[in-house]
Amino acid sequence: MDNQEKEPMFSAKNLKLLTEPFGINNPITVQVLGICSALAVTVKLKPAIVMALSVTIVTAFSNLAIAALRKYIPDRIRIIVQLVVIATMVILVDQLLKAYVFDVSKQLSVFVGLIITNCIIMGRLEAFAMANKPWPSFIDGIGNGAGYGLILVVVSFFRELLGSGTIYGYPVLEKLGIFNLGYESNGMVILPPMALIFVGLIIWFQRSRSKSLIEK
Amino acid sequence: MENLLNIFIKSIFVDNMIFAFFLGMCSFLAVSKSVKTAMGLGIAVIFVLLITIPVNFLMEKYLLKKGAMIWLGEGFADVDLSFLTFMVFIATIAAMTQLVEMFVEKFSPALYNSLGIFLPLIAVNCAILGGSLFMQEREYENVLEATVFGVGSGIGWLLAIVSIAAIREKLKYSNVPDPLKGLGITFILTGLMAIAFMGFMGIKL
Repeated sequence: MDNQEKEPMFSAKNLKLLTEPFGINNPITVQVLGICSALAVTVKLKPAIVMALSVTIVTAFSNLAIAALRKYIPDRIRIIVQLVVIATMVILVDQLLKAYVFDVSKQLSVFVGLIITNCIIMGRLEAFAMANKPWPSFIDGIGNGAGYGLILVVVSFFRELLGSGTIYGYPVLEKLGIFNLGYESNGMVILPPMALIFVGLIIWFQRSRSKSLIEK
Repeated sequence: MENLLNIFIKSIFVDNMIFAFFLGMCSFLAVSKSVKTAMGLGIAVIFVLLITIPVNFLMEKYLLKKGAMIWLGEGFADVDLSFLTFMVFIATIAAMTQLVEMFVEKFSPALYNSLGIFLPLIAVNCAILGGSLFMQEREYENVLEATVFGVGSGIGWLLAIVSIAAIREKLKYSNVPDPLKGLGITFILTGLMAIAFMGFMGIKL
């Protein structure tokens, strides 16, 4: 307890927890967690952003809850306890989405529910929250959720721009008059397989920049 | 009968868990390094889907839907527990995988040894929960249809993971650019395979 009081809220260590998932410790491209939902919701920017926010919230708060409870959870049943905590958070998020952004919630369909089995959350609970204090765990949750969101936003930005010629629903290419020059949207980019290929390209890009991540 | 066959074929090829919905990608990427382990995990997934989907179907029908609890008496006709769906489904899945694990360990130690650590991990495989949620969304009419859908999805998943594992085994001998090695090339390969699988789209028996 003493230690925590001495440590400032945003010490260098905590800041690192927040920023590392954006780069060298990204949950999707480096830790390979949470791919399932990442790919299916990236056709348009809007559902991707909503999904990123939901995952960040669930990761942060379930990390916080599990970190606070970590000393009272028996080891044998910890998976079930974690699932119950996550499921509760996801139910809250799902009900909120249904109440305030119903159209997006319809688009995301089963993928909101699938946040429960999103490996990022379980992975962070197991790897971080079970062994750390609530506040760093909370920051770690936000960092990883946002790192996941970053990839989602990048992929969906390109897919929306190339596939339907819009950004966040705004017809950019049409306003710029590019369609008049004979350009056509690439319908292929909207199809699910292209999400995989885009993530593959992002991984390629990232690893050719930071050589330490290259697999042997 | 025709309807069942249609659901079966559709869940294997058209609505393939991996290539159309990316469900169970985490274990798909982590365990697809050799054909043998991929096969073990695939069989375990079929097994668990076969059991959890009908059970969750019954849960949905007699517990969660609006008016589902009418069998308890008139007073329960208005109860709507559908907001508890996630909780009930994931609890069922976790309990069922635990049961399956104990059952297999007792009656078929050989199978248990070959499935090894995969069984408990399946509880958090998105393909399992995804199967149940799709089952709920598509509103299958009876238990039989739901079961056939479950087995079909499982077989589709097995097909996908075994084929990617086979490709990765061969990939060791090819000259892939360094930054693309491992994860990157697997992603791109899966994408290409998914494009191939799109050829099945629209098939109806």
